[in-house]
Amino acid sequence: MIFNRRDFLKAMGAATASGALYGCAGGTRAGGHVVVVGGGFGGATAAKYLRKWSEGGVQVTLIERDAQFVSCPISNLILSGDKTLADVTVGYEGLKKWGVRVIHDDVTGIDAAKRTLRLARGGELSYDRLVLSPGVDFVYDQIPGLASPAAQGQILHAWKAGPQTVALGKQLADMKDGGVFAITIPKAPYRCPPGPYERASVVAGYFKAKKPKSKVLVLDANAEIISKKGLFTKAWSELYKDIIDYRPNSELRDVDVAGRSAVLEFDTVKADVLNVIPPQRAGAIAVRSGLKLINQRWVDIDWRSMEATGTPGIHVLGDATFSAPGMPKSGHMANQHAKLAAAAILNLLAGQPPNPEPLVMNTCYSFIDSQNAIHVASVHRYDADKKTLVPVDGAGGVSTARNELEFRYALGWAQNIWADMLT
Amino acid sequence: MKLPHLVAALCLAVTAGGVAAQDPNLARNLAATCANCHGTDGKAAAGAGMEALAGADKEKLLQKIREFKSGVRPATIMQQIAKGYTDAQLELIASYFAAQR
Repeated sequence: MIFNRRDFLKAMGAATASGALYGCAGGTRAGGHVVVVGGGFGGATAAKYLRKWSEGGVQVTLIERDAQFVSCPISNLILSGDKTLADVTVGYEGLKKWGVRVIHDDVTGIDAAKRTLRLARGGELSYDRLVLSPGVDFVYDQIPGLASPAAQGQILHAWKAGPQTVALGKQLADMKDGGVFAITIPKAPYRCPPGPYERASVVAGYFKAKKPKSKVLVLDANAEIISKKGLFTKAWSELYKDIIDYRPNSELRDVDVAGRSAVLEFDTVKADVLNVIPPQRAGAIAVRSGLKLINQRWVDIDWRSMEATGTPGIHVLGDATFSAPGMPKSGHMANQHAKLAAAAILNLLAGQPPNPEPLVMNTCYSFIDSQNAIHVASVHRYDADKKTLVPVDGAGGVSTARNELEFRYALGWAQNIWADMLT
Repeated sequence: MKLPHLVAALCLAVTAGGVAAQDPNLARNLAATCANCHGTDGKAAAGAGMEALAGADKEKLLQKIREFKSGVRPATIMQQIAKGYTDAQLELIASYFAAQR
């Protein structure tokens, strides 16, 4: 059956009206319309679980600008030629089978008071609750040389997996043996704390096998490796001693695009392939919607419901949030945020309070080369006194050593989390 | 304010006065934290090499997780994750997966 927007909105109105009949007693069912903006690890998971856990009682619309989901985790293996973009791409058909209405469009504005939002191609949607999972946007203010889209097209970030990942892989493949690959890392927090060190490792592994005279230069704005430090340090000294040159406290000040050079405070470093991971903040739609930000970058939320502080009805997930203590900005974490939010939203729509003791956990695998991986894991529980999620004492940790079993686990993790969010 | 929101606000106001009750979906919510690696409702993707938990024998599963938690059973990661959950939470999780078909 073809369901046009008018029919859909009419059905929404009926669902909302019937929702009003639900009271506070147990056994109430959630109804209403939830709009999810952003179909990544957070948003796609939220859309699926809202449908699944409400047994179809809640109508869900997902607005996503891209035609397909492309995973950042695993995508560094594209740079070494071990994986292709197709290997890390999943479509949205599975969500449609859950009854999620998927609209490929951009959101231009949100009216939090009226609970409506506008779409770029025209039209307005109303919602009972809104889930924003906009990911990160790059902040180029402090890198004048990368202000123009043309410059950004030459000096790549490849920090949102997609065409840039493939293009960076091609730059590396085209680089002569004996060349220098330089990667710049912004000050934390940024998306995927171990990701830059994984990329340096994987590219070094590729050089070792294919272009042994080449170097990897890691220009880190941070004072030290900020994730899995011991494991990366050991791997680099044992495997890549003559390849990786790690320089802490090396914040990028500017880029000379024509000279492929990174301008630091006291030094200018020339590279054959320059990869700039820019500073980041919450996706633009979260910033434009007037949500309360911390450090002018990340959205302040209530961790019992992921609801934005001071803006009822809008729940924010994933990298865009001001992270709780010890919590990384990861796809795994965004998936867990989404389930926390979905459970809270269904309670709220049924007239119940959110779960007072939510718990989430994180697992991040990182590749060291084409055979070995390492992990970091943590579990976070809600602390009512501190009003935030805190790491559970004694839980979590990292691998004892890099190993081949966890390389396979990393790929198995990817298969399962992609299915958990999209099928 | 729309009526459903008003109802929700009233319900919240009533509950806020007393001790917070356990969420009726706590087992479901806790088990969902395992899905990233073990599949939605413990139904792991075929060929991904991860243990499927759906339909597991409750006592055997619980025993295994307790051994991860105590460190008796060797693992790469589960010994670190299991320590993040209380025994009562692990019991809820095991019951939930055992009930999945």
